[in-house]
Amino acid sequence: MNPHVTAYAAIVLLPLLAAAVCLCLPASRRAWAATIAVTAMAVSFAGSMAVLIRWLSGMTVHARQWNFDWIALPADPIRLGLLLDPYTILMLTMVTGVGLLIFVFAGGYMHGDPRRGGFFCSMSFFAAAMLGMVMSNSMLLLLICWELMGLASYLLIGFWFQKPEAAAAARKAFITTRIGDLGLLAATVWLSNQCGTLLFYDNGNGLLEAKNLDLLMQAGMWAGMGFVFWIALLAFWGAVGKSGQFPLHVWLPDAMEGPTPVSALIHAATMVAAGVFLMVRLYPLLVLEPVLLGIIASVGAFTALFAACIALAQRDIKRILAYSTVSQLGLMMLGLGVGGPAVAMFHLFTHAIFKALLFLAAGSVIHGTHHEQDIFKMGGLKKAMPVTCLAWGAGYLALAGIPPLAGFWSKDEIVYYAFKASPYLFAMAWATSLLTAFYTTRQFLLVFFGKYRGHHAPHESPRVMTVPLLILAAGAILAGLLGTPWKNLFAHFLEPGEIHDATGLNVVIMLVSFLTAITGIVLGWFLYGRHPEAAAAQDPLQRIGGRLYRTLADRLYVDEFYAATFGRLILALSQLAATVELVLEFLNRLLAGIAFGISWAAQKVGDQWMINGGFDFLCDRVRQKGAFFAALQTGKISISLRLMAGGVALLGLLLWMLH
Amino acid sequence: MPPLSFYLFFAAVLFCTGLAGALSRRNAIVVLFSLELMFAACHLNLIAFWRYGPQPELYHGQVFTLFSIAVSGAEAAVGLALILRIFRHYRTVQVTEIRELKG
Repeated sequence: MNPHVTAYAAIVLLPLLAAAVCLCLPASRRAWAATIAVTAMAVSFAGSMAVLIRWLSGMTVHARQWNFDWIALPADPIRLGLLLDPYTILMLTMVTGVGLLIFVFAGGYMHGDPRRGGFFCSMSFFAAAMLGMVMSNSMLLLLICWELMGLASYLLIGFWFQKPEAAAAARKAFITTRIGDLGLLAATVWLSNQCGTLLFYDNGNGLLEAKNLDLLMQAGMWAGMGFVFWIALLAFWGAVGKSGQFPLHVWLPDAMEGPTPVSALIHAATMVAAGVFLMVRLYPLLVLEPVLLGIIASVGAFTALFAACIALAQRDIKRILAYSTVSQLGLMMLGLGVGGPAVAMFHLFTHAIFKALLFLAAGSVIHGTHHEQDIFKMGGLKKAMPVTCLAWGAGYLALAGIPPLAGFWSKDEIVYYAFKASPYLFAMAWATSLLTAFYTTRQFLLVFFGKYRGHHAPHESPRVMTVPLLILAAGAILAGLLGTPWKNLFAHFLEPGEIHDATGLNVVIMLVSFLTAITGIVLGWFLYGRHPEAAAAQDPLQRIGGRLYRTLADRLYVDEFYAATFGRLILALSQLAATVELVLEFLNRLLAGIAFGISWAAQKVGDQWMINGGFDFLCDRVRQKGAFFAALQTGKISISLRLMAGGVALLGLLLWMLH
Repeated sequence: MPPLSFYLFFAAVLFCTGLAGALSRRNAIVVLFSLELMFAACHLNLIAFWRYGPQPELYHGQVFTLFSIAVSGAEAAVGLALILRIFRHYRTVQVTEIRELKG
């Protein structure tokens, strides 16, 4: 194999290897798990950087792919492949870079946990699955990695499976994303059926290349839309599940039950980014159907606004961030729908940095306040945890959209394209920005300002946790400058040869964005900053909002709605099954009764005095003789198995001797 | 290409690992895992014998193995369902505790 390809594949294989090693560690070497996982991630990061630098220096300028036969059937081999293009490079650098910092942080956070080996195994496995997904050049390989990621998320969200909530959350995440995965699987099968290949790029024969795209366009129609629309819609349904879009967003907030580094990994570098990335990867297909792009944009905009509303009334420090993730993912989908993949990827990139930062900072706060998660029981932490407060501040302003921090540029770009596309989408994006600035201010003020309201004295986290925070904070401040509207290096990197620098109207939009963010922050300060103690005693929003606040705090009853509809449906089906079983049972009893009656009559006449005597005598003798063999039937499965294995071995020996 | 014996040896190790697990573990789920390992070893043998056999250019061996994998997948689903029912009935999946067939 080409040494370059081997080196490239090593980026994904190293974390996988680390996962295997962590799993095999004996209990006495448990402390090594973090070191092994971090080392593998660091090497992968270095490899990704090398790939990036080679790309930037022009050594590899075209998208490249390496395909190989996986199952070498003579007529139609099933082929997999690796792909190297700007999107992949960007994701590789981001996943390994952010992942590395999260792993280092996790080394501190999980210190002393007895199941660290398993934890770092799952984390490395998670990262490897994500890396495999972004570099795969085949829908099939992508699907495999996609499912592996689902498994890893299940293991990690339910890492503390002793807690019933954690076990339930893991199950919920797995099943909810499975509902989405079904769509992706159907899309994959359909694509394979239509085009006869699952490779994305294959020197002109791939799915996303002109020949097959033409073929797809001319494929049949169903319900008034072309096949390509339905295929893309099914794939989008997969992304809806994975990226927590409405209506499958319900698993994401519950996924907070996992350890905090897991939340950071799920919400920033892996998992939720996968859905957006899938859409970016399939963009050449999506762009054939403008209606579909409209659907994606609308679902995204609705999710963004919907989740931002719910975030207003949450009390749990991580849950607020979770809803903010759902909301920001909605913005990414909106950006993809109205502005194309570069816009979505830019927000994905900046969001990964500041959301990882916010989650890790939340982990630091939870660690420092002895596992308190209610923001109304925190307060005044800026004195006790200055470094965390500083880092959180950077992430907060980036998320709220204050220039020149990262979130401003990427969000502004989405708002700009939404404005060009439709006034409704623009209004939703604008309202989301306002609400985002408001709820992040609420959270920041309640956690770090005022007086401390908890019971245990808070303390700053160790350096192994604060250093990754500071690095991410620097990223949150600077990363946005890569993609300013005047010189959009980011979009040029992703889509060379296209014009991305948009000025003119954009300045007005930027001003509006900025003023919106400021308004949100001032509003937040007005309610929570002036009298922090009064605000903490009773949430001012509750005073103003009343019933509406309750509804939002209860997450708009989406879960309850599902319980009342799908849950009921399944319950009804199982009750139906139970009824059928009851009827069968009744028939069974009836037949048994008839048979019993007949046999009773026969017994009275013939058996009891004719046969029984002799038979009983015989039976007793048999039982006596059989006692020895009956003793062999211990009823223990393992002993039976052993005897069986011994028998087989004996048989083998006999055969061997006969030859 | 490594020699045939390499694959056979590897499969034997895999098989013995599975056998040891199936014989010594008490948890029915782990026993099922071990059975799967033994299946995997058999599949590996099938593939190896096909590849080194007289007609590696025909794909019978590979297709046969794919079928076998599908069947063992179905079997694992049945096994898990059985274990689930056993758990419902006895409130345990420890195979040593389930001994109603004692003579």
